[in-house]
Parts: sequence; C-alpha cells; structure tokens
Amino acid sequence: MTEAVPPKGTGPLARIEARLAWGLLAPTIIAVALVVILPLLAIFWISFKPVALADLRAPEVVLREDIRGDDEAVGDQANIRYRLRNSSQDQPIRGVTFTDRLPEGLTVTELDPRCTLEGRDLSCDLGDWEGGYRENLMIPVTVGQAYLDNAERPKDSPATTTGRASNVLTNATFTLDNFARVFDGSEFWSVLWVTLFYTVFGTVGALLFGLFAALLLNKSFRGQGILRGLYLFPYVSPIIAVAFAWILLFDPFSGSANALLIQMGVTQQSINFFGERPLALIMVTVFEIWRYFPLSFLFILARMQSIDSDMYEAADMDGASPFQKFWSLSVPQLLGILSVLFLLRFIWTFNKFDDIFLLTGGNAGTRTLTVNVYEQAFAISNIGAGAAVAVVIFGCLLLFSFLFFRYISQEEGL
Amino acid sequence: MMDLIRRGYVTAPVLGVMWTFVIATTVAISMSFATGAAFRPIGSGALIWGIALGFGCLPGPNWKAAVTALVVAAATMAGFGPIATGTGVSIFSSLLGALATAGFAALGLRIMLDEVEMGPINRHTFEAAVIRFCTGFGYIFFTAIVLIPFYVMVLTSLKNQAELIQNPLDFSIDLSKGTELFRSYNELFMQFDFGVYLLNSFLISVLTVFITLLFAVPGAYAVARLRFKGRAAFSRSILLIYMVPMIVLALPIYIAFSMTGLRNSLGGIILIYPVTTIPVALYMLQGYFRGLPAEVEEAGLMDGLSRLMVIWKITLPLSLPAMASVSLYVFMIAWNEFLLAFMLLDDPSKFTLTRGIASLNSSEIPRQHLMAGSVIATVPIMAIFLGLERFMTKGLTAGSVKG
Repeated sequence: MTEAVPPKGTGPLARIEARLAWGLLAPTIIAVALVVILPLLAIFWISFKPVALADLRAPEVVLREDIRGDDEAVGDQANIRYRLRNSSQDQPIRGVTFTDRLPEGLTVTELDPRCTLEGRDLSCDLGDWEGGYRENLMIPVTVGQAYLDNAERPKDSPATTTGRASNVLTNATFTLDNFARVFDGSEFWSVLWVTLFYTVFGTVGALLFGLFAALLLNKSFRGQGILRGLYLFPYVSPIIAVAFAWILLFDPFSGSANALLIQMGVTQQSINFFGERPLALIMVTVFEIWRYFPLSFLFILARMQSIDSDMYEAADMDGASPFQKFWSLSVPQLLGILSVLFLLRFIWTFNKFDDIFLLTGGNAGTRTLTVNVYEQAFAISNIGAGAAVAVVIFGCLLLFSFLFFRYISQEEGL
Repeated sequence: MMDLIRRGYVTAPVLGVMWTFVIATTVAISMSFATGAAFRPIGSGALIWGIALGFGCLPGPNWKAAVTALVVAAATMAGFGPIATGTGVSIFSSLLGALATAGFAALGLRIMLDEVEMGPINRHTFEAAVIRFCTGFGYIFFTAIVLIPFYVMVLTSLKNQAELIQNPLDFSIDLSKGTELFRSYNELFMQFDFGVYLLNSFLISVLTVFITLLFAVPGAYAVARLRFKGRAAFSRSILLIYMVPMIVLALPIYIAFSMTGLRNSLGGIILIYPVTTIPVALYMLQGYFRGLPAEVEEAGLMDGLSRLMVIWKITLPLSLPAMASVSLYVFMIAWNEFLLAFMLLDDPSKFTLTRGIASLNSSEIPRQHLMAGSVIATVPIMAIFLGLERFMTKGLTAGSVKG
C-alpha cells in the first residue's frame, strides 16, 4: 500500500470556490475601480497638466447669425452677418469650417473667397484660429419675392461648425509647474505645520476625551443609556448643521459665547474665535475633538466592558487603590484599542476636509492640506495645482497606511 | 506632599472650593442661557464658601450640611456668594440661582466626601473622593459641551434676527406667539423648497443603502467564507481604500462629471455615494459573517442548496441585526454627506438637505433660517438614531472608525 500524500495544487472544488468568490466580488471591484482607482490615476495625470478650471471646456467655435439692412421689399440689398469667435482666449482651433442653409429667395451678390455656394447651401473654410480670434463674415444678398412670401429667415436654419481643438487634459503637454507651485516658498511649510498641529492635537484630544467619557459611563446606573446616546450626538448629526451652530455660538458680534465671556468678566472685548490667527486653528482643533470624541468613547467603552471583572476583584483583594487599578489593570488592557484608534483617527483627521472648510474656509491660518486642494483647484481655479496637492496627500496616506499595517496587531480585529 | 493632601482638613476644603466653583460656573451659564439675564461666578466667593461647604459637608449629621448650604444661599442673595447677578435680574431668578448653587454644591460634596474624616485619611478614601469629584465634573462638562450647540441651534431657529442681536444670550421663548414661533420653518418649506430637499436626501440615502448592501453582501460573504488566492490582500486593500480622502477623489469626479454632464443630477450622486460606503459596509459585514457558525451553512450545502441559495436562505436571515447596523450607518453617512453634494449640485431644484443648508449661508438670509435648516437636517437622523440606538452603536463599533 502506498503512503497517503496530501493533494498538490488546486483541485476542481477549490477552483470552483475561487471562481465563485471572484464572481461575488466582481461588482464591488468594478465599482471601486471606477470611482476610486480611476480618479486616483486621473489625479496623478492631472497633477502634471497645466490645467485651469476654465480649460475643462474645450475651445469651440461660437457663431451668431443675423441679417443687417433692409429686407422689406423686392430688390433690397442686405447682408447676412456671421459673427464668429474662438471661445477660448489662448487655445487655438484648427480647420474651422461652417455650413449653413440660406433662406429661399435670397440671391448672393458677392461671395467671400473662402466660401462656396451650392444651391442654397453655403459652406466656408476659415482655416486655423488663434486663441481669442474673432471675425465678422458678411454675405451681401439681394432680396427676392420668394423671400418675402416665405417665413424662413437666416436665423431659422442653425449653422453647423466644426473645428479641431486640442484638449489640455488629453494632449501631450506635461509640466512640473504644479508641484513647483505647491512646494514653493513658505506657504507649503505653513500648510504642513497647520495640518500636523490639527491632526496630532485633534487625534490625541479626541482620544483623551473619549477615554474620560468612557470611564464615566463604564458602570451601570439609571440614565446610562440616555447619556450614552446623548454623548454620541455630535458625531451623528450632520456636519454642516453643527458647524454652523458653532459659528453662530462663537460669532464675534452676536455670538452667545462672547456675550457670556464678557458678562463673566473673562474678557472685555469680544473675541473673533474663528478669525484670529492662532485662535482659529485652536478652535477648529477643539471642534474636531468635540465632534469625534464620541467615536473614541464608543470604542473604548466597548473594550472596557469586555474586560474580565475577575481581575478587578483580585486587585481589590490585594488592596489596590482605584488609581492603581486604573493604571495597572485598565490602561494595559486598553492600549491595543487606543493605538488602533490613534492610528486610524490620525489618518482620518489628516484627511478631514468639511470641518475646516465650513468653519473658517481655510482662512486665519487654518489651511490644511485638504483645504489647500480645494483652495488651489476652485478658489484659484488651478486644477493642476489642486491635483498636485492631492498627490502629496496621497503620498502621506500611503506612508501612514504602511505604518498602520506594520504596527497594528491583528487581534484588535481591524 | 501626598501625605499633606491626604488629610480630611485639606482634602475637604480643596474639593469644596473646586466643586463650588464648578457648580457656580454651571449655574451661572445655565441661568444666563435660560433667562438671558446676567449671572456670573465669583472666584473669591467660591473660594471662601467652598472651604465652608467642604467642612460643612464632611460626614456627620445632615443638618450641618443643610445649614451651611442655607448660609451660602443667603450670602449669595446678599451679594457675597459664589455667584453674582447683574442689575435688573428678577428676584425669582436670583433666588433660584442662589439656591441651585448652594444646594448642588452641598449635595455633591456630601456624596464626594463620604467617609472622609477630619484627620489623616487612607489612600482609598482619598482617591474615591477625587474620583467622585472627577465623575461629577465629567457628567456636567460633557453634558454641557454636547448640549449647548444643539440648544443654541434649536432656540435660534425659533427667534428672529433683531432679538438675537439685542441680547445673544436671551434664548427665552415667548410661547404666546404660538405657531408664529415656527415662521422660519414655514418659510423654508414654502419659499426655499426644503420639502423637496428633504425628499431628495431621503431618496438618495435609502437608495444608497440598498445599492451598498447589494454590492457589499456578496463581497463580504466571499471574503469571510470562501477560500481564494489574494483574500488577505483583498481585505487589506478594502481598508486602504476606506482611507482615501474624499477631497482627493472629488476633484477628478468633478472633472469627469462636468465633461459627461452628470453634474447637477441626482443620478450622478447616486452613482457616487454607494461606492464611498461599499468598502465600509463590506468590512463590517465580513466581520459579522465570520462570527456566524459555518456548520449551519455546511448543512445547507449538504442538503443540496447552492452557495447563492445558502447566502439567501441561511446567512442573510441570521445576520439581520448586522444588516440593520450597516444600513443605519450607511444611511447616516449618505444623509450627512456634504462635500460631494456641495461640489456636484448647483441647481436648487436638485439640492440635498446638506446642500440646501449650505445655500442658506449668505448674509442676505437671516440666521434663524440657517439654524432652522440645520434642525430640519438633524432631527430625522437623531430620531432614527435614538430609536435604534442599540443597532447604531453596534454598527459604529463593528468596524468603522471613519468620520
């Protein structure tokens, strides 16, 4: 009898299983590829392109047509006027042509050398146009009886235009200007510093507050459920609603916070919380802590409730004081979830855009990298520079995720 | 140092001063917010009366604490207490403030100083007292910071601009106005189409939930149950995708939508939203599927069900609670989403609620409208959240640290 050997390679059953698995995953993979991977590649492409917001529309031929002069009686001399221009101020259009159908009863008296007329069909070849080119093309005509009998006027038949314009997004022009602009001067470093301050303090603050809140609620008493629900409010409600509530609360002219501080004698003059230089950054960080402490709170509380209570009973028997129990029992048990939360929150705070955008719009020294993407792309209308900032963000993100997968233990289940 | 502070005659007054100050500040802020009148905590008053209350509330007969509290209340009314009132405050509210300050301070200290004696106290008693102080402070602090912005939001929406500028602290509501109080809401629904926005938001969120589940359930099952090459790599890349910031994607999506004419259409939004939530949902669901006993499914397979039928007939019914959590979480993300709606929708007839609120943020529109809009967006999600809090907290902890 031969020795039994485990089968090698993949058997037919395993292959069927794998095929089914990929089949089940296919919709997700396709969707994610279309909406995440493709845009990411696009960002890299655009970041090397000199593209502004206005360039998103390719240059095109703009044509307006009207009739000038009398066209009231037979034999009247009139002009059909074509007003043509290049919609772009700096992009050329090549091989511009247009065709139009003249109304019945108009006799062309003189034809522009670039145009030909076959029956009533007019076609003109206008050659290449530079950016900002404009021209008025006149076609002199004599009015005949048929024109007067007919309701058809030159405007009624729309002219069709053609022209080849190169789209800056798809042509072969590349530039490093975007990156040069992003890294240029002190601005980049100040943006980076603001981002780091916001991320580090926002993350640590949210964790500490979450830990404190979890300690408060880690016992059963009446109303514990209500308080737990209440403490999650900031996280659950729409960002735009709470951001505006904060703006109103801290308004320098009619905000309640200022009125309260003045009344209590803390300050004489009202403080512009979201408009002064160091204070605005502190305020957006405080907002970040306020909004995201519930999340840390929830996770830490869940972890705390899964700690075995036997350990605490043993510690009680040994005469450990409450602080000793906290430091020597709870903290080591919580370190795992705390480090996971720290890394994840760090990454997501780094990525945060809406909060600062809504609170200060990135003014008063609160411009983080993410706000800078918006600022460059839409406020300055330089899409290429915005994409370059996005690439920088993506680079940082890759670094963080590397650290994340490297140092996070699997047993925390994340 | 630690020995010095662990004596009843040091611990009690120190905690007394700190607690009295906390209570004085709390009462002053609450009274100011409730009545709009001038209340403020007085540091020196809190110091002196805190020491007195600390000693008065040491373990002993109840009347000692009660008398101390009454003395503090009387001193407050006379103008020497831990809180002071400005001119023009009604006698009733100042009496209420004085009694609340003295009463809560004494009550709290009485609980805190349980077992603290005049002389040296042991470490346990001391730490227990400190922890009780921190707990009391924590409840007040967190409740205050969470509630105040929402309080301001709701009450601002019921007032009008002139009243607000005159006294930003006066949130008292004139109930005699009746339905006139809800004028901002009325105007939002009548003139600003908030009914349409509400419907849009609801429709988009529900559709997002369904599409997300449609994609995520089979995917999560594959990752959780089936063996195939690249499974580990796949489940890691899900997390990675989950970490890509929206603003990075929003830019190319904006460009692509501008070029294809999908901008300004709810269809475009529905194309994008589910994709942002599929990775989260997949991640949460696969964690749950893994926890289900595989034997039940194997029994189904033995009885001749196909894999897809197993998912449909066995796995899904077993994971209804997880589906509820995930649906709620996805609904919340879609309902609260702001960035994409802001960038992609310009046409007021197609706004979602968050986009609609953003459009109210202009100097021509009074702020109570802005706050009323915020309330309209917050109330539905809060109602759902409070009603299904159990599922929600589960869903949040199941695999999402995103925000």
